[in-house]
Amino acid sequence: MTDMLAERSRRYWFVQGMKGLFSLPGFILMSAFVGFTALAFQSGLTRAEATFLTFFVWALPSQMIVVGAISSGMGVVAAFLAVSLASIRMTPMVAALVPEIREKKTSSALLIFLSHFVAITAWVYTLKKVQDIPRDGRIAFFAGLGMTLTLANTAIVFGLYGVVSELPPIAAGTLYFLTPMYFVMSIWESARQPVVYWALALGMIVAPASHYLAPQIDMLLTGLVAGTFAYVIDRSRRRRAP
Amino acid sequence: MTAQEIGVFAFIFIAGTLGTDIWRWLGVFGGKQLSEESEALVWVRSVATALVAGVIASQVLYPGGVLAGTPITLRIGAAVAGFAVFLLLKKNMVAGIAVALTVLAVGLHFLGI
Repeated sequence: MTDMLAERSRRYWFVQGMKGLFSLPGFILMSAFVGFTALAFQSGLTRAEATFLTFFVWALPSQMIVVGAISSGMGVVAAFLAVSLASIRMTPMVAALVPEIREKKTSSALLIFLSHFVAITAWVYTLKKVQDIPRDGRIAFFAGLGMTLTLANTAIVFGLYGVVSELPPIAAGTLYFLTPMYFVMSIWESARQPVVYWALALGMIVAPASHYLAPQIDMLLTGLVAGTFAYVIDRSRRRRAP
Repeated sequence: MTAQEIGVFAFIFIAGTLGTDIWRWLGVFGGKQLSEESEALVWVRSVATALVAGVIASQVLYPGGVLAGTPITLRIGAAVAGFAVFLLLKKNMVAGIAVALTVLAVGLHFLGI
């Protein structure tokens, strides 16, 4: 009986996660993928390649690097390193998400499988909603959200390939700008701890300095320096508070 | 070995999928060691947020494509205007995004882009 109830609860939360496709972040992400479809088409990828790339990489910054690497004739090892440097953020992102959504009995295999669907949009959205979801529904919620976002955007790339071949420059520029604006506002809005405000603000400030000092590893440097600094500020603030 | 030599699909899988998923898998193993109330999790969350902030900043400061040749003041101005409206209107994302994109679009129009 309890098992049946738990099963119904999981199905319910999976569907709640799927509904995230029709949220503001869902629409913004889909718009960004319309822009990506045009980029892939212009860069000479075939429909099958662009679709494969979207589903099996599922991270816009990585996908853009791969498209650039293919069209510029970069070697596969260099491209792997470039993608890796841009993807290191995935490690702390997934590490911060896992303790929030897993149950004691959740297997590593399931977490490894689901981790493929972690990207900024689903990460922000899940961390924002997770407090209102019972523990046994959280994995299901993330699975429903992450898999739906991935499949829907893969379908967009497949379906719009060649249809949206060239956007007017102003449309392409504003579409591109939509993503960073949405990310910064949704992280700010969904912050549950003050440390997030500090990390966001310091990250913005440190980013140009890292880019100037070490352009190859600027993201990593920004994350470690600004993130650690934000943590130290936050901890001393918490200790001082009664 | 370029994409022409090893095939585009193999190239995408090795550079793209492995280059991204390896870091996700590492996150799973790291995350399993972290308890929900630990200080370490606060630090990890802080680093993750700062890394994403770095991605956001570089998209605004060092964009690709159409925006690459546009004045940095226009991009920063549009972002700041949008974020200010977002804060002033009690975290209204739709209004904030609309203002940022409108400022940018008007700027691009007057630049003749």
